[in-house]
This record gives sequence, structure tokens and C-alpha cells, in this order.
Amino acid sequence: MENNKTESKAVKYLLIGISVLFLFVMLVLPLFVVVTETLKKGWQIYVEAVTDSYTIDALMLTLKATVIAVLCNTFFGLCAAWAVTRFQFKGKKILTTLIDVPVTVSPIIAGLIYLLVFGKQSILYPYLQKAGIQIVFAVPGIILATVFVTFPFVFRELLPVLESIGTDEEEAAALMGAKGWTIFSKITFPHIKWALLYGIVLCTARAMGEFGAVSVLSGHLRGLTNTLPLHVEILFNEFQYVPAFAVSSILVIMAVILLIIRSIMEHRGKKEEA
Amino acid sequence: MKKKKFRNLCLAAVLGIAGFAGICSYDAGAGTNVHIINVSYDPTRELYESYNKIFKEHWKEKTGQDVDVIQSHGGSGKQALEVINGLQADVVTLALEYDIDAIENSGMIRDRWKEELPDDSAPYTSTIVFLVRKGNPKNIQDWNDLIRDDVDVITPNPKTSGGARWNYLAAWAYAQKQYDGDEAQMENFIKNLYQNVLVLDSGARSATTSFVENGQGDVLIAWENEAFLSVTDDPDEFEIVNPSISVLAQPSVAVVDEVAENRGTEEVSREYLNYLYSDEAQRIAAQNYYRPVNKQILNEYKDVFDLSMELKTIDDFGGWQEVQQKHFADGGVFDRIYGN
Amino acid sequence: MKKSKKRVIPGFGLTMGVTITMLSIIVLIPLASLVVYSSQLGLKEFFEVITRKRVLSSFYVSFITALGASLVNAVMGLILAWVLVRYEFPGKRIMDGMIELPFALPTAVAGISLTSLTADQGLIGSFFAKFGIKIAYTKLGITFALIFVGIPFVARAVQPVLEKLDGSYEEAARVMGAKPGLIFRRVILPELLPPLLTGTGLAFGRCLGEYGSVVFIAGNRPYETEITPLIIMSELQEFDYQSATSIALVMLIASFLILFLMNLMQARNSKRLRGGAI
Repeated sequence: MENNKTESKAVKYLLIGISVLFLFVMLVLPLFVVVTETLKKGWQIYVEAVTDSYTIDALMLTLKATVIAVLCNTFFGLCAAWAVTRFQFKGKKILTTLIDVPVTVSPIIAGLIYLLVFGKQSILYPYLQKAGIQIVFAVPGIILATVFVTFPFVFRELLPVLESIGTDEEEAAALMGAKGWTIFSKITFPHIKWALLYGIVLCTARAMGEFGAVSVLSGHLRGLTNTLPLHVEILFNEFQYVPAFAVSSILVIMAVILLIIRSIMEHRGKKEEA
Repeated sequence: MKKKKFRNLCLAAVLGIAGFAGICSYDAGAGTNVHIINVSYDPTRELYESYNKIFKEHWKEKTGQDVDVIQSHGGSGKQALEVINGLQADVVTLALEYDIDAIENSGMIRDRWKEELPDDSAPYTSTIVFLVRKGNPKNIQDWNDLIRDDVDVITPNPKTSGGARWNYLAAWAYAQKQYDGDEAQMENFIKNLYQNVLVLDSGARSATTSFVENGQGDVLIAWENEAFLSVTDDPDEFEIVNPSISVLAQPSVAVVDEVAENRGTEEVSREYLNYLYSDEAQRIAAQNYYRPVNKQILNEYKDVFDLSMELKTIDDFGGWQEVQQKHFADGGVFDRIYGN
Repeated sequence: MKKSKKRVIPGFGLTMGVTITMLSIIVLIPLASLVVYSSQLGLKEFFEVITRKRVLSSFYVSFITALGASLVNAVMGLILAWVLVRYEFPGKRIMDGMIELPFALPTAVAGISLTSLTADQGLIGSFFAKFGIKIAYTKLGITFALIFVGIPFVARAVQPVLEKLDGSYEEAARVMGAKPGLIFRRVILPELLPPLLTGTGLAFGRCLGEYGSVVFIAGNRPYETEITPLIIMSELQEFDYQSATSIALVMLIASFLILFLMNLMQARNSKRLRGGAI
């Protein structure tokens, strides 16, 4: 038994060591590069780059696309998770697989498919133009792409929780004559609250940083259809190394804030459970 | 029960579609003044930033109207493709004629756009030069030095970067002269050159990063204006070597007729391009290290540009269509030198 | 059986309607357009396009690097989840919070900073260069970037299951004198297998399609370090829609197959586990 203890202690430190080293190399060092490159030419340049009007425009657009995508996917995630866990029907496996598809589809392809559907080559285009709707190379295209890449995030988080809490309470309430919305808000929601928030945070994080799909659909119009990640790319392509990293740092800061929120929430959630 | 379910399903569908339509009809909302969109390629940002300022004044003076120019920059081929796919560009100012031809082929630009403006609709030109490390440690003087075993070359992929096609053609021009048009030997020369390529980046900018920031390779084959930018950024690190022969790179400009007509911005769009030939605009081009087409102004900057280089034009290679077919199409020379 | 059991809980029509509608508009119809578009090419031409040597070698590069990266992530993800759930140590919360960083960091930023790290003069690159190992601009570099991209998938899939894992079997096994290695293999691993597979599968799928971070670090030399999404981009740049959509279709089918296989394996696994438990 004694022997066992020391052995597992050695294993413990080894495993922790490996994890720390891995995360340090893969996550901390790249962040370190962003920070040092950002401040290479001093605060002045940094503040200038961050407060540049195009940067602000890009930030606003990123926020806008993120908020809409999150709303959209939260609504979808709730509906889909409810439908999948609360009812039996044929083709459930296929349905859940289809919902997962956006995670594994290459962002380039995600952009490409919307170009095919709504772009000038499409049969829909003349009608859209008549109606005065511009989707590709405009804000709606960016939003669509963002919705696409974060499509299953909320659903994925809700699915296991809803499955594990079972349907007994809800069935009882329904038999006693409770309405659908009441069942959801009074019985189901308290259980899934934290999972839902967690899903939303993940969705937000991913939506902010999306690059590939948005890049295909944006047209890179300065001040109109530039999101922050695209703005980083553009600055980089224009030989403006330091400003590019400065703008990246905004995204890094936003990401870090989100992750802190997430970890506080998770902590609270666990406390409540216990 | 069944009916109700069906009704709910319909209701949900309508709701979903309505929400979707709501997103889509969301207006991008541009300013109240006239605005035109200039879709350009990557390294022209500073050029057009300065030019847009003087054009704004010029247009205000001429018509009393305020005009905003919205810029879009990206890889030349990608930009052309986006215009074809519905990016609402009033004018395009791209790296090569071939990309504008592609827009013409989709019917959005009138034929013979090339003749609408002077000098093949190319208000400024550039050429291909070498960027080497300070002191030129590998003693690179001309194209034949690039196929030496001890030299590592950085250049972007001509298949993904329109600008890099000029790089390739400059090497081809040298081979043509050196081997007197013997195709087999020319192809062999190009093959040897690209075998020395260490990193074949997807665009000019990432190639520059590989060379400048990440310290890869001994020589970067680059556009003259981009090479100048690297040298002015780090004068102690790099210098430019002008090869004996190169190409006259002509970035072309055109009005996208279909879009401009639709938006009623034809007049301002045409003037936008015309004014590029004015003396002020030509000087701005020169200050951004593009060679102005106006001979007089080019002469003012003869200390900056090496005017003695022999420059081949695209017509010397039979025009873009032929070049594209022969070199860059699938199975063309470029594929062959990488194949077996 | 199915018919007789009435649905007690309301909302099937509404939620199902929303699910199907949104799924169709956002995912299915656009994806279908890809199929329609590439079907404009005959079957013969389609195969000709996707079996071009350069395309084939890009499939190989994409596949091998994604596989390598997701295997590394499977192992590291398991270790990370284990450390985060089983051990207490200072800085654990920070570590836990960091795992999602690759989700939130734009891939382009990741690509640029990873490249400057692993180039010959970079912090990591200069260390490995001493041993004659080049990371940036090789397949190794691509794998490196893909590992970064895939970190959260496995760790986050395994973590919740590990947290819920009932300690009593483990305890029982330990009391009966089983070695820790044996306990891990026989008692813990079977429980963790389904989420491990899901996580690895998702990571693999994501890595196959990754573009933003890889283009910076890959060097993009044809036949050697050219990934499939880049080929699609370059076909598009040559205005060759048919080829681009055909290659995209192959990738799409691949990612769909991965997901489907993963779901199948998971179903079988949970069945077996449940069977064993009762």
C-alpha cells in the first residue's frame, strides 16, 4: 500500500508536469509572442492602432455578428436539444450528425457554399437583387457564416445534461396540466442553466475569432464588412506588423475575459449543485 | 392532435424563415454622401490612402459633391473572383490584366476596357527585383545566381498569387534571353530555380514575412515597390539588387460598368481612374515606389528607380491568355516543373 | 409500441419545426448546392479532378497531419482531463480556463505567432534547429498548428465524464489489490472511451479542414506541405469552380463519414456499457 502511494504520487507530478509543459508551449508561448510583438514599438503605436477608426468599426461589426449568431444558435440549440432528448423519432442519429457537421466542415467550404447559394452565379441572385438584398460581401453574409461555424455549440452542451436529468419531472408536470412554457421555465431551465451559459460562452468565443469562412464572404470592405480577425489579416498583408498584433491583442483580451467569466460560472454552478 | 402538431410545425417554419429574412434585410448602411468602392490588391493601401485624399478634394472642387472611397484589399485573383461573385465594386485596381479580363468575361466590364485609359489602362507600373540581406553575403547579382546550390529562394506561389506570376515571368524572360528561346533549357532553368525555393507562400505578404521576419532564405523575389518598403523599414538589414532583365509589371485599372451603372456612380468612377494620370497622382504613385507612367515625372525620380533595366512586357510573352494556358493552367509548365 | 406511447411532454411540433427549418436553411441547402454544383462535372471528369497528383498528395498531407495532431491531442487531452479532475494543485483554475483559448484566438493570429515561434530563429525553432529538426514550413509545422487548434476537443469531452465517474468500482478494484495500471485499463478506460472517441473524431474533423493557421506555417510547397483547403483556394483563384467544388465535396464527404463513424462507435459503446451495468 505504501509503495502504491508513492508510485501514484510520482505519476501525479509527472502528469501535472507534462500538462503544464504542454500548455505552456502550445498556449502561453504564442500569447507571449502576441504581447511582445504588440509592444515592440511602444505604447504610443499600440494605442494608435487600437483606437484607429477602422479598428473600432471592425470591433463593432464583430460584436454585432457575434451577438446575432449567439442569439440564433441559443434559440436553435434549445429547440433542437429539446426535440432530440424529449421525443423518440426515426432518424435521430442522422439528425444529430447533421447538426454536428459544421464543426468539421472546412471554413473555406463553409464560405464557398454560401457563395454558391447567394452569390452572383446563383439562380437566386436576380431575385435578391430585385428585392434590394445583398447577402454575400455584406453584413448578412458575415452573420450567416458566423452562425454556421458555431451552429452546434449550444446544442452540444445541452444534449448530455438534458439526457441525464431524464423526463420524469416534466412528464409529471405535463400530466398535471402544466403548459409547455411553464414546464420549460419552471422545471427544465434550472437544470440546464449552467450548461446553457457555458454553451453561450463557447459560442461567443468561437464566433469572435472566426476567420476562414468570414474571409470568403466578406469582401474586406474597410469600415463596412471588416471583422476584427479580418482586420488583423489585412494589416498583416499591408506590411503593418505591429498594428496587426495590436489588434490581435484586443481579441486575445476579449477571449481571456470570456474564459474568466466561464470559469467563474462553472465554479458557481458546481457550488450550487453541491 | 395531429392537426395541431402540423400547425405548430408550420408556425415554426414561418418563424424561422422570418427571422432569417430579418437578418438578411439588415442594411449595411453606408454614409449619406456618394461613395464608391475600390477593390484593389494587397500592397496598394498606402498609395490609395493618399490618392483618395487628393481625389476627394478634386471631386469637391469639380462638382461640389463629397465622395467617400471605400477600399478593399486582398489577393488580386481572389478580389477579382469576389467581384464576379457579387462584391459591389465600382472600380477595380488589380495586379494584372488577366484578373480584370476574368471580370470582363463574366459580362460585368465592357470589352476593350484596356483601351479606355492611356498606357493599357495601367497608370503606374513596377518591376521584379531581388531583396537580399545587407552586404549581399551570397553575392547575388542576376537570375543565374538563383539556381546555385547554396542559394535559397523565397517567392510566392504563382498559382495562388496573381502578383507572383510577374515574378515567374521575369525569370522566364531571363531564361528566354539566355537560352535564345530553347524551350527545353528554359523549362529546366525555371525548374532549377523553383527547386531552390524554400517556402512557396500563398501571397506576396506572407513571402515577405518568411524572408524578413522569420529569416528564411537568401533572396526574396519581389515587386520593386514591396522591396522598397522592406528596405525603408529596415535599412540596416536588407538591400535591393536589380537583375539585368525583368518584366514591366502593369497593374491594371477599370470601371466595373455593371455595378457603376446600377448604382449611378459611373461618372465619379471614371473620373476616379482618369485622375490617376494627373501629375499629383503620378507623384503619389512614385512616392509609394510605383513607377509613374508619365515619363517626365518618372524622370524626376530617376535616383530612386533603376531605369537601365531591360523590361519585357506581357506582349513579349504572347499576352495573358497564352501565358496562363501555357504556364499556370493545370498541367502547364508550372505543374510540370513540380511533377515528375 | 411506438404509436401506443403517447407523447406527454408538449412542444414536439414547435421545437422539431425550428430545428429542421434552421438546419435546412443554414446547413443543408447550402451544402446541397455544393453537390449540385460539382455534379455539373461528369463523373469521369470529377474523378479526373480529384485524382490529380497534386490533389492526391494534398489529401495525403492533410490526412497525415490531421491524424498525427489528433492522436497527440487524444493522449494530451486525456492527460489534461485527468490532471484537471483528479489532482489539486496551485494554478489549476487558470489551467482549466486556458484550454478553450484556441477556440477564441483567431486562427490567423495563431498561425502568425506559431510560425514566428517555430521558425529557425524562433524560441522553439532555434532549440530544435540544433538537432537539425525544422518545424516551421514542414509537415511537422502543420501538425504543430493543428495540435493547437484541436486542444479543447478531447480534454473537454473527457472531463465531464471523468468527473461523474463513480469511484466505487475503482475503489473495489484497489481493495482487491489490482495495480493502478490495470485499474486504469480495465475500469477507467472503458468508461472514457466514448468521449475520447468523440473528442478525437471532432478534433480530427476540425484539423482536416483547418485553413487560417496552417497557411502561415506550412510553406505551401506543392506535393510536400500543401493542404487540401489551400488547393481549393487556389482552384477558386484560377476561376475553376468545378474543380474547387469537386475537391470540396470529397472533403465534405470525409468529414461526414468521420462524424457518422464516431456516432456509430459511441452508440455501440454505450450499449455495451449499459448492458454490462445491468
